[in-house]
Amino acid sequence: MSNLLFGYLGSAILVFSMLVVTSKNPIHSVLWMILMFFHLASLYLGLGAEFLAAIQIIVYAGAIMVLFLFVIFVLNIKEEMKGERFSAGWPIGLTLAAGLFLLTLIMTDTMLIGRKGTVTAEVLARETHTKAMGKLLYTDYILPFEVASLILLVAIVGAIVLAKKKLD
Amino acid sequence: MKLYPLIPALPLLGFFINILLGRKFIREKAHVVGIAAVLGSWVIAMMTVADVINGSRINEDLFTWITSGGFKVSVGFLIDQLTAVMLVVVTTVSLLVHIYSIGYMHGDRGYYRFFSYLNLFTFSMLMLIMGNNFLQLYFGWEAVGLCSYFLIGFWYEKKSASDAGKKAFIVNRFGDFGFGLGIIMIFLTFGTLHYDSVFGAVNTIAGKPFTVAGIETTLPTLIALLLFCGAVGKSAQIPLHVWLPDAMEGPTPVSALIHAATMVTAGVFMVARTNPIFNLSPTAMMVVGLTGGITALFAATIALVQNDIKRIVAYSTVSQLGYMFLAAGVGAYGAGIFHLYTHAFFKALLFLGAGSVMHAMAGELDIQKMGGLKKYMPVTYWTFLLASLSIAGIPGLAGFFSKDEILWMAYAHGGYGRFLWAIGTLVALLTAFYSFRIIFLAFHGKFRGTHEQQHHLHESPKSMTVPLMLLAVGAIASGWVGIPALIGEKLLGTEHSNLFAGFLSHVVGHPEAHGTESEEMMVMGISILAGIIGIAGAAYMYLYNTELPKKIGSAFKSAYNVLWNKYYVDELYNFIVVRPAFWVAKRVIVDTTDGKIIEGIVNGVPKEIGVLGQVLRKLQTGVLQNYAAMMAFGVFVFIAVTLVLLAAGG
Amino acid sequence: MVTLQWYIWLSLGMFMIGIFGFLTRRNIVMMFLSIELMLNGVNLSLVSFSSFLEDLRGHILTFFIIAVAAAEAAIGLAILITVFRNRATVQIEEIKEMKG
Repeated sequence: MSNLLFGYLGSAILVFSMLVVTSKNPIHSVLWMILMFFHLASLYLGLGAEFLAAIQIIVYAGAIMVLFLFVIFVLNIKEEMKGERFSAGWPIGLTLAAGLFLLTLIMTDTMLIGRKGTVTAEVLARETHTKAMGKLLYTDYILPFEVASLILLVAIVGAIVLAKKKLD
Repeated sequence: MKLYPLIPALPLLGFFINILLGRKFIREKAHVVGIAAVLGSWVIAMMTVADVINGSRINEDLFTWITSGGFKVSVGFLIDQLTAVMLVVVTTVSLLVHIYSIGYMHGDRGYYRFFSYLNLFTFSMLMLIMGNNFLQLYFGWEAVGLCSYFLIGFWYEKKSASDAGKKAFIVNRFGDFGFGLGIIMIFLTFGTLHYDSVFGAVNTIAGKPFTVAGIETTLPTLIALLLFCGAVGKSAQIPLHVWLPDAMEGPTPVSALIHAATMVTAGVFMVARTNPIFNLSPTAMMVVGLTGGITALFAATIALVQNDIKRIVAYSTVSQLGYMFLAAGVGAYGAGIFHLYTHAFFKALLFLGAGSVMHAMAGELDIQKMGGLKKYMPVTYWTFLLASLSIAGIPGLAGFFSKDEILWMAYAHGGYGRFLWAIGTLVALLTAFYSFRIIFLAFHGKFRGTHEQQHHLHESPKSMTVPLMLLAVGAIASGWVGIPALIGEKLLGTEHSNLFAGFLSHVVGHPEAHGTESEEMMVMGISILAGIIGIAGAAYMYLYNTELPKKIGSAFKSAYNVLWNKYYVDELYNFIVVRPAFWVAKRVIVDTTDGKIIEGIVNGVPKEIGVLGQVLRKLQTGVLQNYAAMMAFGVFVFIAVTLVLLAAGG
Repeated sequence: MVTLQWYIWLSLGMFMIGIFGFLTRRNIVMMFLSIELMLNGVNLSLVSFSSFLEDLRGHILTFFIIAVAAAEAAIGLAILITVFRNRATVQIEEIKEMKG
């Protein structure tokens, strides 16, 4: 992909992330987040992972963020917006984040790249990403797949049990 | 077959049986075990003594006790003439005291305990005298001190008794400290602790100079004086005599056995045993002699005014022990041991007789409250009288021969010996005086006690009077083995009548005696005269002119007070030693070391940990973000350290 | 040519912004949101590594991460609702039961 496109997508993602974290109104944060997810999905497309891009939008932006919105409505945001956004020690958090960023940056300088695998871009072009992923998921990674479905089942049951009102 | 190891082993066995099984099983029959053990010991001892008289000498190591580097000591026995004499004394008096205790301690709650301690004491004393090396001597030395503590404080619920036991042990420790140093010096000098090796090589140190704390002296002098420290403590000489009068808190059989015949004589025995070392040091011998003489005089003067019958006899013991050291000081070790031998009999008799009197008077000790006991307790009276005559040096009785030999040896030694002879004669006079003071005040005249006491008066049971009679035989006849050549020639027609001195000369040699026969007769005559004057004076003051003692007392009031208060020595020691020790114990140890330092650490460390905990507690704020921040910080540090190490290493 | 480095930096940036938000926001919902941000940063780095190494396993892992993130968000928000019912507050600083 061209540098320009990446430049736009990258900076947009960063800006939106900053907005998510610093917005006063939680609903605004969620909306910025959804916007950021779209840009992220575009990046995935650029990397040749179409299936993941679709999943990202469907699951993350579509389901999880909607869940967040519902919860925000249940809680009383009018009251919350009256308080301070950041806690008292926010400079410490800022320094820590910045420090970690710089450190890891230095670390990635000495990165060693591993061996290349077999699924080249040509293979992906011929055989779609979805098909390739499906083939792997249902053969080599069938066990984690089933476990993931179990986890989702547990989450459903758990969420209902935890959040339901007591019947009087 | 070797029987002699049984001599100490049987009493030890008796001790264990009585102390382990005594409370539950044996109880009132404890005397059977105790007496059987000591009787067996006595029989074998007599057989062994017979062997020694026939010329045998046993020096055997039984087994190796300690080996540590260059230090090797065995448990062994040396039975020579000196040991034989001591064996006779220890086993005989111990046996008679055991028999006496049946009657005296009848009904006491600690009956079995008493016999077990008596057995243990007998064992310790036998180990002391039969050992063939200094470490075994020291073991026996300390063990008899321990038994003395047990027995003095036998009625431990009485505070004065337990205090007296402690006093005896602690005062002895002062002496034993010097004694231990002496033994260490012997080891350092000779490289061994066995008697034969040490005494064989003793001439190598003759006159060797030695500087200690800036004072120039000879090595033999130093060793001898250090060893003598132990004797001063154990045999209650000045300045460590203070424990013996207080030791009268113990039961009377204990006083008879330990503080008359055996334990206190261990000091004299030790000096006689180590005479090769003492002979090399005229200085030490002079110290020994002077200490003995001054102690003899000191104690005799105190005995003049005491009213407690046991105390008088106790001071008499201190005085007579002074005589024995006086003899050793002029080189007449044989004479000192001879006096030890005769003294054991008549002093034990005096103590057991006093016990008999106390038994009849239901525990009363004050002779001012007695009187006229002669007609109630004839056996006690006659045996007590015989013992007093013996100690006064009346011719024909045992005390005469031994005391006379000492006085003659002192006179014949010359130099300071003449001075010691003069003191000794004065003490003989005083001894006769106070001994007969007891007789006249307690047994003659009118009874001065209460009516209940008078009803209670009776002669003691056979178990108590038979030992008295047997000891009386000893008090009379034990001196006949040491008749001096002067008399022996005239009466028996032989020059070698002093069997005792001849017997012991194998071990202690012959002292040098410069004197003519006429001087010897003069000395003998003066000492007999001193004894008679003493008895006559006592008779005058306590039988005829009974107001005189009070008049003299009030006329010389300050002198009387000094004597009555034992020259205030106890008070002096209390001030110099006891109170500073308590002060140190309280201020330094309890308050500072224990209170501040140890408690400080024990309490302070948890306190500091608590303070640290309180500080660290502030980390737990309960706010999730703080914990997350700490985690992030940890990751930061971790990555940073890894990077630095990678950069440094790679 | 967009190198791998750029993708890594981008993902790092997202991750650190997520950390900053998690450590400083007082509202619990915002903290959850920051967690999702961090997860997405990691997803990005996984996908980019996987694409550049021409291996599909990174994609598979990302797939699973998305599934688990969904489950975790559901449960977390359910707990948050319960806490809100008991405490009537969603400020993280008010919930200090573990203090001391």
